[in-house]
Amino acid sequence: MAAVLVGLLFLTGILQLFVYQSSVHQAYASVLTLTREVPFGLWVRNIHHWSANLLVVAAVLHLLRVALTGAFGQGRRLNWVVGLFLLFLLLSANFTGYLLPWDQLAYWAVTICTSMLGYIPICGPWLLELFRGGSEVGGPTLANFFVLHVAFIPGSLFVLMLWHFWLVRRAGGLVQVKKDEQVPVDRVPTVPDLVVREAAFGLLLIAFVLILAIVWDAPLLEQANPGMSPNPAKAPWYFLGFQELLLHLHPVFATLVWPLMGALAFLCVPFWADSSLPTGVWFGSARGRTLAVWTSAVGAGATLALVLTDNLLLQSAAPVSNTLMTRGLLPTGLLIALLAGLYFLLVRKLKYTRAETVMAGIILTLVVLTVCTIIGVWFRGPEMHLSWP
Amino acid sequence: MVENQNKETTENPDRRRFLNQVWAFFGLVAAAEFGWLGLSFMNSRKERNRPAKTESIVTAGSVERFTPGTVTAVPVGQFYLACLGDGSFLALSRTCTHLGCSVPWDEEKNKFVCPCHGSTFSLTGEVLTAPAPRPLDTYPVRIENGIVKVDTSVTQKRERFEPAQATRI
Repeated sequence: MAAVLVGLLFLTGILQLFVYQSSVHQAYASVLTLTREVPFGLWVRNIHHWSANLLVVAAVLHLLRVALTGAFGQGRRLNWVVGLFLLFLLLSANFTGYLLPWDQLAYWAVTICTSMLGYIPICGPWLLELFRGGSEVGGPTLANFFVLHVAFIPGSLFVLMLWHFWLVRRAGGLVQVKKDEQVPVDRVPTVPDLVVREAAFGLLLIAFVLILAIVWDAPLLEQANPGMSPNPAKAPWYFLGFQELLLHLHPVFATLVWPLMGALAFLCVPFWADSSLPTGVWFGSARGRTLAVWTSAVGAGATLALVLTDNLLLQSAAPVSNTLMTRGLLPTGLLIALLAGLYFLLVRKLKYTRAETVMAGIILTLVVLTVCTIIGVWFRGPEMHLSWP
Repeated sequence: MVENQNKETTENPDRRRFLNQVWAFFGLVAAAEFGWLGLSFMNSRKERNRPAKTESIVTAGSVERFTPGTVTAVPVGQFYLACLGDGSFLALSRTCTHLGCSVPWDEEKNKFVCPCHGSTFSLTGEVLTAPAPRPLDTYPVRIENGIVKVDTSVTQKRERFEPAQATRI
C-alpha cells in the first residue's frame, strides 16, 4: 500500500518538476500556472497532496500493527529501526514539500521550524543559519528545502525502502502465530495468486486517491508575506500534535528534549529484553486487549484534562518568571515519574508481562498524540485559543 | 613446515584486525573529508547572504504624533513604536521571541498576541503568557529635534523590561 503511494508520489512529483521553479519570486506563480493553465496540473498536484497525506496515515497504522502484533522482536530489531527512519524521512518529505509553493503556510512553517533549530544548545544558531542559508528566511532557504525534497529525501527513502522490504523477507515475511511444525501448510504459487491480489488492491488504492484528488483540492494560501502571520497559523494536521506541545512547554523542551526522549524510547524499545509481544497475536492475549482499551481510554481522558487545565493556567496566571523550571523541568520530571510509577504498578502489582506494559506505553504515546492532533485540528481558533469548530 | 603453519594461524588474526582498523581509519578520513567539503560549501552561502551591516535609520515621525499608552506600527522598518505611559519611546521588533512569527498588536486587549503559539506581550514587550521565553527585542531609539528615529540594524535582546530601555524626550 505504502509502496503504491510512494510510486504515485514519484510520478506526480516528476511531472510537477517540469513546471515548478524554485526561486522565491517565481515559486508561487509557477504553482499557480500549474494549477490553472497546465492540463491536468491541478489534478496532478492534488494526487501528490493526497498520496502524501494517506502515506502518513498508512505508515502510522503500520507502526501500530507492528507494535501490537509483536513484530519487533528477535530478528526484526534492525527493521524496526529502519522503519522509524522511514517514518522520519516521510514526515520530512511532507514538510519540505509544503514549503515549496512559498505561500503563507510555507513561509511561516519554515520560519518556525528553523527557529526551533535555534534552541538546540551550542550548535543551534549555527544549524539555523545553515538551513536558512543565511540569517533570514529567503531564496537560499527555498533552494535548500527544494534540494532536500527532490533529491536527498527521495533518494534515501528509496534505499531505505528496499532495505526495509528485504529485511522483512529475510525475517520470514509477516509475523504469524507459531504453528505446530508437523501440520503441513497449504502453499500457493506467488504468481499469479499473490501478485493478482496485490495488483487488485493497488489499483483500488490508486482509484481511491484519484477520486480524492478530483473532489478535494490541495490547499494553497496567499503568497508569502513576511509582514503578517496568518491567524491562527496552523501546521498541517500531522504536525498539530507537536504544535500543541509547543503551546504548553518551554521551547527547549517542546522542540528538543521531549521529541528526543520519544524518539530514543521508540528506537530502544526492541533492544530491551522481552519487550516484544508473542508474535502474530493481536495485543498478545485477551488480557492484553483489555489493557490496551483501558490505556487508550485513560490516556485520552488524561490528555484532555491536562490540556484544559493548562489552558486555564495559561489564561489566568500572572506573568510567569521562570518558565524553564515550571514549563520545562517540572513536567519532564513528572512525566518520567508517572511512567516509572505506571510500569511498577502494571508489572509488580497487576502482574502484566513486560511486553504488555511496553505495548501499553506505545499505545499511550500514540493516543496522546492523536488527542493533541484532534484538539489542534478542530478545537483551536484564532490566536490558538480553544474554541468549538 | 608445521612450525610455519602454526605461526600463520597465530599471526593472522592480529594482521587481519590491524588491516581492518586501517581500512576503517581510511573510511573515516574519507567521510570526514566529504563532510568538510559539504559543510564549507554550505557555509560559504551563509557568508554571501549576510545582509550588509550598515546603519539603517528609520524615521518614525514627530513626537507629537504619538499619544502615551499607544502602539504604532512602522511597516517600513518592520517594528512597532510603543509610546509608554510616561511619554517615553520603545521600538519593539515584531518578531515573536518564541519561534519567529510576526506579532500583531491587539488594540482592544491592549497587548501583542502571537497567532502561532498564543504568546502574549504587554505594551512594553514583556511576556504576559508563555511559551515565549523572553520579551520582544528592541531597537535603539533616538529623538532629534522632536523627530523619533530608530536604528533597525541593531537588535537588542533583553531578559526583562527596565525603564532605562525606553528613550525619553
